[in-house]
Amino acid sequence: MKPPLERIAAGEVLIADGAMGTLLLERGLAPGACPESFNLSHPEILEEIARLYRHAGAEILQTNTFGGSPLKLARYGLDGETEAVNRAAVAAVRRVAGPRAYVSGSCGPCGRMLKPYGDTDPAVIGASFERQLRALAEAGVDLFCIETMTDLAEAVLAVRAAKAVAPAIPVMTTMTFDRTRRGFFTIMGNGIAPAAAALVEAGADLVGSNCGNGIEAMVEIAREFRRSTDRPLVIQSNAGLPEMVDGVAVYPETPEFMAAHARALLAIGISVLGGCCGTTPAHIAAFKAMVRDATGRRDG
Amino acid sequence: MDILKEIAEQLQQGDEERVGELTREAIHRGVAPPEILDRGLIAGMNVVGEKFREHEIFLPDVLLAAKAMYAGMDELRPLLAREGIPTLGKVVIGTVEGDLHDIGKNLVGVMLKGAGLEVIDLGNDVPPARFVEAATQSGATVIGMSALLTTTMPAMGKVIALLRERGLQGRVRTVIGGAPVSADFARQIGADAYAYDGANAVERVKALLGVA
Repeated sequence: MKPPLERIAAGEVLIADGAMGTLLLERGLAPGACPESFNLSHPEILEEIARLYRHAGAEILQTNTFGGSPLKLARYGLDGETEAVNRAAVAAVRRVAGPRAYVSGSCGPCGRMLKPYGDTDPAVIGASFERQLRALAEAGVDLFCIETMTDLAEAVLAVRAAKAVAPAIPVMTTMTFDRTRRGFFTIMGNGIAPAAAALVEAGADLVGSNCGNGIEAMVEIAREFRRSTDRPLVIQSNAGLPEMVDGVAVYPETPEFMAAHARALLAIGISVLGGCCGTTPAHIAAFKAMVRDATGRRDG
Repeated sequence: MDILKEIAEQLQQGDEERVGELTREAIHRGVAPPEILDRGLIAGMNVVGEKFREHEIFLPDVLLAAKAMYAGMDELRPLLAREGIPTLGKVVIGTVEGDLHDIGKNLVGVMLKGAGLEVIDLGNDVPPARFVEAATQSGATVIGMSALLTTTMPAMGKVIALLRERGLQGRVRTVIGGAPVSADFARQIGADAYAYDGANAVERVKALLGVA
């Protein structure tokens, strides 16, 4: 299998998978339970979800390890199981990936805030990321996906941790931005240009955004990333922002709507296109068809 | 500069140490504690809340300002208690059962304290009965609930149902907030108010307490 960065350098657009949490809830994860606990108890469900996305055409399959850092797992008393939790998640996706899909190790925020505004020492957070990322690397991921970051300082710690434990594994790093009157910022106040610069400086191989926005805002965010860096870009959009209908969250953007708008992302020149909250295998299939149509690619 | 203005100014800068020092100095100079609270700490926190709402400043600035506010409050609290100065009211807050997201809830707590309210923060993953018991035991007349997940929002309705069941409806009012929560949802579950951000939460709570 060709390394992903080689294909990206050759101009290919790789399709990543969509939402994980909602599919886990549909399959019995109790609201408020640790999503990563399923890695040990229900690996067959992880496999099933990965298969749904693989069949939809995803070539980058994410592990169920968003909250797999020991600091985050500690909230559920599972930090002692860090290695087992991460290893099991990789193994489940690997069984499905086959020769044409990459296994991407997901790594989300640690859930603690850095000093001085928070209470946690940067070294503690860095060590926590290193432990998770080392476990993912040893289990054989093809990529790291550091995602949903809102504090640039924390994101940089995670990227450095990735490069420290496994310098050969490519790192995608995405942050979550809010639209303000003065442009896009994370809730911690990081703008797109400074984020891109700092993440690239820390060693990120791909940068971009996930979560927090629907596809239209993501097009604007991608455009600003493109102006800020030459690094390959990754966009994983929500299916809009949730609306409550009869007590149930509904994400309004359809696969057709998202795929139509995602065409603009190809024009901007992004390299990885996937989904976040509210996206389903149908959204990923629509992305895949759109990319095929736009690039004339028939493989994957 | 007027020492109270300087307290408000240093609070906005997030200078914890300086706010503590200046508060002690104001006390030493004989400025009445309620005035230090109102025109120093609360005035400063109001500006912070307003700037945050306008995205002129961001979460780290608010958290640093909150630490500075607490440093001042620590100096004032014993004096206010000794003088028997009542707070504007008591509010129980928490993130609902099954939900561990507490950044928004903490922010609301900071803003409520900054507005001079007494806040009983139950933390996150709070079962319905604990909200109700905390209000009953403390005499709080408002319960504020937060949820970030669409899957945990229904727990807000459970708290309201429990208040009804125990005949506390109307005596203990409820205000809800969080990313997926809306005014519509608040109406659906019978909450007394919905707040869309921290500053708005202060307005809603004050209105419920009749101190707006």
